[in-house]
Amino acid sequence: MNFTLKIWRQKNVTAKGEMVSYDVSGISADSSFFEMLDTLNQKLITTGGDPVAFDHDCREGICGTCSLYINGRPHGPAKGVTTCQLHMRAFKDGDTIFIEPWRAKAFPIIRDLIVDRSALDKIIQAGGYVSVNTGGVPDANTIPVPKEKSDAAFDAATCIGCGACVAACSNAAAMLFIGAKVSHLALLPQGRVEAATRVQKMVACMDEQGFGNCSNTYACEFDCPKGISVANIARMNREFLGAKLFSEKERVIKESL
Amino acid sequence: MLLYSSITKKVLMALAGLFLVTFLCVHLGINLMLLKNDGGRAFSEAATFMGTNPVIKSAEIVLFAGFLLHIVFGLVVSIQNRSARPVAYAQGNSSETSFFSKYMFHTGIIVLIFLALHFCDFYFIKIGLVAPPPGIAVHDFYSRTLLLFSTPQYSLFYIVSFIFLGIHLNHAIQSAFQTLGWNHSKYTDAVKLLGSVYSVFIAIGFSIVPIYVLFFLNKV
Repeated sequence: MNFTLKIWRQKNVTAKGEMVSYDVSGISADSSFFEMLDTLNQKLITTGGDPVAFDHDCREGICGTCSLYINGRPHGPAKGVTTCQLHMRAFKDGDTIFIEPWRAKAFPIIRDLIVDRSALDKIIQAGGYVSVNTGGVPDANTIPVPKEKSDAAFDAATCIGCGACVAACSNAAAMLFIGAKVSHLALLPQGRVEAATRVQKMVACMDEQGFGNCSNTYACEFDCPKGISVANIARMNREFLGAKLFSEKERVIKESL
Repeated sequence: MLLYSSITKKVLMALAGLFLVTFLCVHLGINLMLLKNDGGRAFSEAATFMGTNPVIKSAEIVLFAGFLLHIVFGLVVSIQNRSARPVAYAQGNSSETSFFSKYMFHTGIIVLIFLALHFCDFYFIKIGLVAPPPGIAVHDFYSRTLLLFSTPQYSLFYIVSFIFLGIHLNHAIQSAFQTLGWNHSKYTDAVKLLGSVYSVFIAIGFSIVPIYVLFFLNKV
């Protein structure tokens, strides 16, 4: 198969980037999108060009490192997969394919197609954890968890933090990501203890990072490679409102004591 | 207000929006009294009641606050959303989401322009800020309405504005519920459906009056 690629090239975070056109030929329909890019890069290296920088790691759809915005959609046209699991058979021979980085103020471009997603890490650091050691695996049913809650928590926990929700959102909002993280912990007894403080800290951090506001277009859910539901955003909103309205005033301990 | 968190802003917008949605129903009820073939008596009585009843008059302050809150937060949120993606994609988003949900700001602005004109046409005359057109008494909303709708251009503008309001509401109602956290496996589909039905009802309901005045009133 032959393709015309329009790829965003940018030297570094401050440089001005542009879309550059490349032609690739003789690509197998069964090769993955990254194998196709590897072919292009090999060609660029042998001809003395500058290979295209892109993020990738496990190449089996579980690490959340890959981040390409392909033909107007994060992770490309196939539903429910990451870029590494996208194959060239999803395209037609002779197609022009646009490849861009995630675009958001909170995700500065490091080089070409690689963006800095540490804004998501900062949100996790703000409260996306359980502060106490919850110990080893407990015996079955020592902590009762209703099946529906454990299923919903697990569905939320499948978020791999790739940032496709931010890339897909017309407002570059990270609400699906945080909704998933808040839900995953708030639904389980170990995470419930800190739920009220967690959601407030994570939302405050999200606002600081410069993400947009949710306008419920649900593009995030549609383009999420793990199919995380926007019901998690509603749950986060409930958690947040409940915490803001009903949590006690924080006690200030005087230093002199 | 800028310091409110993203979710707080959206929740206040949603609450104000839902309040405005209920107000639309009341307004429509009074408008439809124009259809009664009694020379505008029922309509004028209702308009007088709305203009003089002390409970309604105090509710009017809440209503204006609702409008102001919704508009100001709408603008703040939209500006923040635009600045959250300073460099646009070369190939725009092609996700299969509801088309109109991405144009809430645009449809909102059209409705805002309509609202401004509507204030000039009715409210400013009522409170005595603007003189009514010659030959029409200050509180004669019936003659004022008939005069406005007798011009096809105004009627067309009015109907188009309400089509855009319908588009705005179609996304807004279910969106408000989601923002308030009311997403439920049993009820969300019903909320979406009822929101769409309500938006069509509002758009058609308000459009009936100009169509009636233009084509049917005093023509039979």
